[in-house]
Amino acid sequence: MRLTVEETGRAARFFADGIKRMASRPVRIMEVCGTHTVAIFRAGIRQLLPPEVELVSGPGCPVCVTPNEYIDTAIACSRCPDTVIATFGDMLRVPGSQSSLMAEKAQGADIRIVYSPLDSLRIARENPGKKVVFLAVGFETTAPTAAATVLQAEQQGLENFFVLSAHKLAPPALKAILAAPDSRIDGFLLPGHTAAISGLAPYRFVAEEHRVPAVVTGFEALDILQAIYLLLKQIAAGQPVLVNQYRRVVKSAGNPAAMRVLNQVYRPVDTVWRGFGVIAGSGLRLTAAYERYDAAAALPLVKAVSREPAGCRCGEVLRGLIVPAGCPHFGQSCTPEHPVGACMVSVEGACAAWYKYGQGRWHYE
Amino acid sequence: MNNRDERILLGHGSGGRLSHDLIKDILLPAFANPALAELHDGARLTAGGAKLAFTTDSYVVKPRFFPGGNIGKLAVCGTVNDLAVCGARPLYLSTGFIIEEGLPVSELREIVLAMRETARLAGVYIVTGDTKVVEKGAVDGMYINTAGIGLMLPHVDISARRVKPGQDIIVSGFLGDHAIAVMSERHGLTLPEKITSDCAPLNGLIQAILTEVPQVAMLRDPTRGGLATTLNEIAADAGLGMILEESAIPVRPEVAAVCDILGFDPLYLANEGKVIVFVEKEYSEKVLTIMKKDPLAASARVIGTVTGQLRGQVALRTTVGGIRLLDMLTGEQLPRIC
Repeated sequence: MRLTVEETGRAARFFADGIKRMASRPVRIMEVCGTHTVAIFRAGIRQLLPPEVELVSGPGCPVCVTPNEYIDTAIACSRCPDTVIATFGDMLRVPGSQSSLMAEKAQGADIRIVYSPLDSLRIARENPGKKVVFLAVGFETTAPTAAATVLQAEQQGLENFFVLSAHKLAPPALKAILAAPDSRIDGFLLPGHTAAISGLAPYRFVAEEHRVPAVVTGFEALDILQAIYLLLKQIAAGQPVLVNQYRRVVKSAGNPAAMRVLNQVYRPVDTVWRGFGVIAGSGLRLTAAYERYDAAAALPLVKAVSREPAGCRCGEVLRGLIVPAGCPHFGQSCTPEHPVGACMVSVEGACAAWYKYGQGRWHYE
Repeated sequence: MNNRDERILLGHGSGGRLSHDLIKDILLPAFANPALAELHDGARLTAGGAKLAFTTDSYVVKPRFFPGGNIGKLAVCGTVNDLAVCGARPLYLSTGFIIEEGLPVSELREIVLAMRETARLAGVYIVTGDTKVVEKGAVDGMYINTAGIGLMLPHVDISARRVKPGQDIIVSGFLGDHAIAVMSERHGLTLPEKITSDCAPLNGLIQAILTEVPQVAMLRDPTRGGLATTLNEIAADAGLGMILEESAIPVRPEVAAVCDILGFDPLYLANEGKVIVFVEKEYSEKVLTIMKKDPLAASARVIGTVTGQLRGQVALRTTVGGIRLLDMLTGEQLPRIC
């Protein structure tokens, strides 16, 4: 059911008024997912909230949490002879230690933007003389499709298709944030699309073990406003639970078929997150049965020494410790045209959203 | 762009901030003259007592055939529309073809026939041209350049300088159709509803508006960079702000759905058959009545107003009542991961 403009406005006012009424003390709410960050800015939700309610971004932008080492490895792949890189568009502009995929493309590397991992299989079929490397980046939402692509490559007997996996799982990052001594989050807006795959169980620890309210939510402006309203209700009542605001999409058990494919092709490993360091059991690596599809093992890679950009505070932004404007690079040496860190590049990056939607620049009336 | 190692990126051609930097840093200083400095869609010139508009554009669309048109139709529409939004009556076009060896002649014929038909519809003549064939791999199939010349309509002055606070901003119809039609064809996206490009010559519509409402202050067709980038350019040129109402901006639900999936913003998507009109409030009803008689602008709407606040910036009042800034496009819009 689609609401009319008037109904949307009425519902928004109801939630915004309720939030104002309940916000009796300062609260920090983390929107874990980059899609939420962007939706919040695009809908102008921050302006509807009282000053007591602070929204901070979290580690849920897959491009942002991908460390430079991965970008450097992808660039090394692109420099291998007869190799095609197939990637989602938002990886192109992310700076690695010395270059970016966009810069490599401008210098002749064969890098193609795909809309689905399956597109990279087609490229592999059409170019039997080339090795096609799919840059597998993303959370639970996209990992099952990448896994299904590997299964299809096997069925089709494709020997020139590879993946470079930087897939990550969201819950371990939340565990890392909650376990950190400097963490002070009063509530979480949890990503609806990852929960749609994994179900609610992996997120229950937030409320049950850490006593922090959490709401799994969708991506429409009203979903987010309602979720903030539900979080404040929990905070006011002092009864943290996991609430599923996005029941029209997220089932309690998730999508078991997608999880089966995921678990068949990938296994959890410890992996590095930009800004966090290693988080136990948070990465996905191909299982032994599918290791032959691992690009890093199959290609003769010559890699630069990886380093993170000096002075970049993306890591603190991703952990909700500072807002983007708290980084000295922000808006000065780091802009969307000349990004220093991934958070300024990705369409879902917190810094990009802060910059694009101009915190404080849009006052009117 | 002072760094010796800096390279041209795809984003330099997107019509957004990088394109602007390229024009400002390299092209304008090299060719500086008063006609160019106006940075309109075409140059306004005086020759032998006649007031003329002159424009050129190159077309490199991939794929060459898409729902609602092909590269030839686009090449004629684009140049006709650029002249029309200068306030001119388009008269004559030139066309230059750069063709990759191996292109099927039947394809060239189909494209040329589309150009002929579109020129006929627009009432313009293609009077001169050029053909080059280059080695396989040197271009992707075929590129077309068109240039056009038109006669300025009398009593009409289309300029960002005439944009004033309080004026209405009108858009002639649904945004983003062209970009999504081309993208869905290019990437084989299976859409529940077929989206057709809006590619069309607008000179008839624009002439009707300007004849009956010569008070129109500014016109622009929101092609590359979309509505948001176009309005930002005008806001910067006029030194004024704009406030738009999200609920009034016409976007087809199916275009909005594709944008949701791919992480695009429809306000930044290219259009090839839309015009934005700036006019004093008292004339906007008249403009809308003229527009709605034309099938190309049947969904025309007032989407916002010009304001003395927010100088040089464009803001959007969202459906939930927040306000956000609508910046210029930065780089290409690229599909996202999730």
